[in-house]
Amino acid sequence: MNLTGTAAVAAQVGLVTAGAPWLAGLMRQVRARLEGRAGPGIGQPWRDLRKQLRKQPVTATGTGPAFRTAPLVLVATALVVTALVPLASTRTPVSGHADLIVVVALLALGTVALALAGLDTGTAFGGMGASREMTVAALVEPTLLMSVFALSIPAGSTNLADIVSGAVHDPGRLATPTGLLAAVALLAVTVAETGRLPVDNPSTHLELTMIHEAMVLEYSGPDLALIELGAQLRLTVLLGLLAALFTPWGITTGTGWAALALALVLLAAKVALLGSVLAAAEVFLAKIRLFRVPELLAGASELAIARAGFAAGLGWAVTVALVLVLVAFAALTGRSARMLLGPPPEPATPVRFGASVWLPLLAGLLACAALGITTAPLADLLAAAASIGGH
Amino acid sequence: MRHVDAGSCNGCEVEIGGAFGPVYDAERYGARLVASPRHADVLLVTGPVTRNMAEPLRRTYEAAPEPRVVVAVGDCAINCGLFAGAYGVAGAVADVVPVDLEVPGCPPEPTAIVEALRRVTGR
Repeated sequence: MNLTGTAAVAAQVGLVTAGAPWLAGLMRQVRARLEGRAGPGIGQPWRDLRKQLRKQPVTATGTGPAFRTAPLVLVATALVVTALVPLASTRTPVSGHADLIVVVALLALGTVALALAGLDTGTAFGGMGASREMTVAALVEPTLLMSVFALSIPAGSTNLADIVSGAVHDPGRLATPTGLLAAVALLAVTVAETGRLPVDNPSTHLELTMIHEAMVLEYSGPDLALIELGAQLRLTVLLGLLAALFTPWGITTGTGWAALALALVLLAAKVALLGSVLAAAEVFLAKIRLFRVPELLAGASELAIARAGFAAGLGWAVTVALVLVLVAFAALTGRSARMLLGPPPEPATPVRFGASVWLPLLAGLLACAALGITTAPLADLLAAAASIGGH
Repeated sequence: MRHVDAGSCNGCEVEIGGAFGPVYDAERYGARLVASPRHADVLLVTGPVTRNMAEPLRRTYEAAPEPRVVVAVGDCAINCGLFAGAYGVAGAVADVVPVDLEVPGCPPEPTAIVEALRRVTGR
């Protein structure tokens, strides 16, 4: 289509690929500094990747093609998504294909490939990680679609390039409470999809708490390098997408070279800032229980639905729904408070039980016992017990 | 770097934990504890190898991709230490898998562990 567009795609893929390990290093470094450690430096993930590529690949016995192809599929899908998403320029040769559904489906393809590889190893933790990853993915994908659909309604298209260029020309679209709702929803989804705290702990050593790590326990050498690069690419692209959708300033919509260079610099700065903020937030977070993850993601999904409702011009309906939710919540709290906290502390009048209360009760119980012992079914049971006892 | 407890009294584990804590911070030299021997370059073996742990230790060694380094941490790992000749002990680490580096001490100080790790990572 145009030369700058091609250059933009090439530069974007190059920048994200080279920058993804640095982003991971930056996030680890921020965490280390906040925890009072010196940290290994932001180049450490690159050094790790280089070292892994030189190591011997150990293939676990009994693994099949799913295990061997998964790293390649993961990196390939991440790279295609990197090329498609309008991170630096909205006018590229592939921007016509940058459909939201394609992007989400490609990310899901990488997730599924890795889950299959986890199952393929046949280890307990591989299967457990795969099942957890699929549980999380089933909640993440609809929320991801929903929150970006909410943004696509004002743009009138599911094409990411159109959404971003529309927001560049009309920033007022983002500066609304509903834009904030969608941003929060998308942030929660990004955290869940890339396996960060509080959904998953990327630095855990306890297999029982793992989600993403449990699936890759059997990988070694170059395969492990590809898996790590793939995971870092996905994190970078999703943070880049978040930045592009909600702070689209600087993304070029024209064909100028200077604008493109500025867009690339701003992209790096925005993603680095987002990553640092995320890492700093992680220091203060603990991993939530696995059963709480659906609640977190369902909450994110509800935010996205409310946001979409406002954007579709059904503000009154969403308002009514939210008021109803509030009423329901207040009623639930009021009722369950009595159950959980007990009755309000009032001086209760002591209840006196006379013979008229306990005599009928006792008589009824005695009648039940007499009937049960003499007639079926207790009589048979007692007889059987007696025969076992040898009498 | 994968830590294998082959039958240690957990004294060395406390010191390894200290070596990776904020004070000694072995991570700044590029060493990181990982969750699987397949991700590891270094096996950090502590304690005398008990009969029950000899086979798992051998398998862990097989599972680690080459090039791999085995570091025996503590006197027990080097020569069974206090537990030499005990009925449940199969031998020192070197009797089960080839050892590349030894960190003496009962338990070794975090400084000694970090020093050994720096020799491995070269930083």
